[in-house]
Amino acid sequence: MQKLLKYVRESQIWKSVFRHGYPDTPRNRTLAVLSNVFLHLHPVKVRRSGIRLSYTWCMGGLTFFLFLILTLTGLLLMFYYRPTADRAYEDIFALREHVPIGVMREMHRWGAHLMVISVWLHMYRVFLTGSYKPPREFNWNVGVILLVLTLLLSFTGYLLPWDQLAVWAITVGTNMARATPLLGHEGPLASALSFGGIDFIHAGDDVRFGLLAGRFVGEGALLRFYVLHCVGFPLIAATLMAVHFWRVRKDGGISGPL
Amino acid sequence: MHSLLASMLPGPFAAACLPAGGGGGPVDDGPVAAAIKHAANWLTEPTRYSVASILALIAVLYFRRFFSKVWVVTVFFALSTAFFVFAFQDPNFNAIITKPDNVPIIILFATVVFFSWLSLRRAVINDERTKRGEPTLEGELAKQKVFTWPDLVYSELICLVLFTAAMLVWSILITAPIEEPAATARTPNPSKAPWYFLGLQELLVYFDPWIAGVLLPSFIIVGLCAIPYIDTNPKGNGYYTFDERPFAISFFWVGFLLFWVSFVILGTFLRGPNWSFFGPFEYWDLHKLEPMVNVDLSTWVWVDILGKPRPDNPFVREAPGIVLVIGYFLVLPPLLGKTVMRKMVADMGMIRFNVFMHLFLWFVLIPIKMGLRWTVNLKYFIGMPEYFFNV
Repeated sequence: MQKLLKYVRESQIWKSVFRHGYPDTPRNRTLAVLSNVFLHLHPVKVRRSGIRLSYTWCMGGLTFFLFLILTLTGLLLMFYYRPTADRAYEDIFALREHVPIGVMREMHRWGAHLMVISVWLHMYRVFLTGSYKPPREFNWNVGVILLVLTLLLSFTGYLLPWDQLAVWAITVGTNMARATPLLGHEGPLASALSFGGIDFIHAGDDVRFGLLAGRFVGEGALLRFYVLHCVGFPLIAATLMAVHFWRVRKDGGISGPL
Repeated sequence: MHSLLASMLPGPFAAACLPAGGGGGPVDDGPVAAAIKHAANWLTEPTRYSVASILALIAVLYFRRFFSKVWVVTVFFALSTAFFVFAFQDPNFNAIITKPDNVPIIILFATVVFFSWLSLRRAVINDERTKRGEPTLEGELAKQKVFTWPDLVYSELICLVLFTAAMLVWSILITAPIEEPAATARTPNPSKAPWYFLGLQELLVYFDPWIAGVLLPSFIIVGLCAIPYIDTNPKGNGYYTFDERPFAISFFWVGFLLFWVSFVILGTFLRGPNWSFFGPFEYWDLHKLEPMVNVDLSTWVWVDILGKPRPDNPFVREAPGIVLVIGYFLVLPPLLGKTVMRKMVADMGMIRFNVFMHLFLWFVLIPIKMGLRWTVNLKYFIGMPEYFFNV
């Protein structure tokens, strides 16, 4: 066995992948982190205080992991889902009826709920430890935008099953946009944008219409939300996550007493 | 769902889960159970709920040395569990709590309570250590540096594996629900926004959509972004503490715990048809009537005090409210800055102070409006439905 392992570790294939020995010496442990594109998000050494669960609660890491789970399960769901008003509900229903022990939709749904919670708890922890204070002000702001994106991702996904819960939750949510000052047709000052008896802001061109691609939650809204949910928001979120992690490193690693 | 949940829960839970389908109707209880349920319904009524939770929060922060003890949180969780076991027997409570989509809300409640306690505990310990001149818990550990491989990478891996296992178990046990197909002609009652927006939907009781649904969410985002630039206190960076930043921590606790998390829980479990309030053991009666007796400030001033009809010109009619609101947002900040908050202005500078004050005043407007609604049935300070401008 030992011999076999040794043979594998000294083969050209193994050495072409791993450019260092087993990480049990300081040198190899350093190389293990430095030579791996995923691990090199981490510094080589960390403060012991910064990796305690009682300090970090692991919520930031969990959020990122949930994002990965959601990307994976979401990708699989996309194979079985057509975002049109007459197909969407059937496709989701079929997933439940025809797949024995199907967990992809469950993982996606429960994971999405959890990601909202883990983002909140992560920000709660960051606030309570004062980790937004200099030099991390900017990264806190990136985090706030990521919070908004998480909520938007969840909100757009809420519509896709195209059942009563989905349509009416989105109706209630987007009804707020009607009341946007100036831009919503039931918002303050919208009536001020009326010239010679012609309303410039009405139900057919206000900000809610723009969100829903229509006057109510219909086919246009479904497609719009689908594209944003599967492509638009994940791309922006992934980009900002890269910035977020990079800035954690550049601003001195996981926060700790100065 | 119910049978699945029943199979995963121990005896009393399982027994309670099975019979109740849609819940509903009066229940035969013993005198003790009836008294507990009555008390729970009475206490969770929004006015008492809000006042009691504010008092509770003040008590927890003031007596933090006591509340941060391990046995206190243990007893709290034990009592909560006992209450849940008891409450599960009730078909009305059961019907709402066992909805698959409400499981995350229970998780939210448990994790928020636990982590608030944990942070408070570490803050109390750290503050005591600082008082004795010792380094904080984090400060002690920060002196040592360890290799990412294996110390960090391994704990990440363990978290990942355990978490994936938990997610799989959850996903197998509880099937994701799907309701009836979308029908734009049939409005369900209640119609609720996604659960994480229920705090804002709760504010719709007190404010018009342009404030509760547009302005306040925007201010929350802007306010969160502004936090690092407004908070000029250099202390408490990278460790838990309360004594070194009492205002910041208390403020965030009030905002996050009371006005966000607890409103989400209220909106999920205690708001039923027509957004009427229902106690946890109350049947969601479609026909529950709530009297609408709210009065605008203008009616109050013109009709009740001056004894005249309300003027036709909306700007004259609403003049008292307009003066009040302008005074609140434009006169109050400089007035406070020149007097009681002079030190704050000196510390923060004019720009920071003004940004902070405006965000703060918007925040404080929420409890003010809620209080006035409960006590004197105030509807709007400024009510101009002509321009959709109601404050």
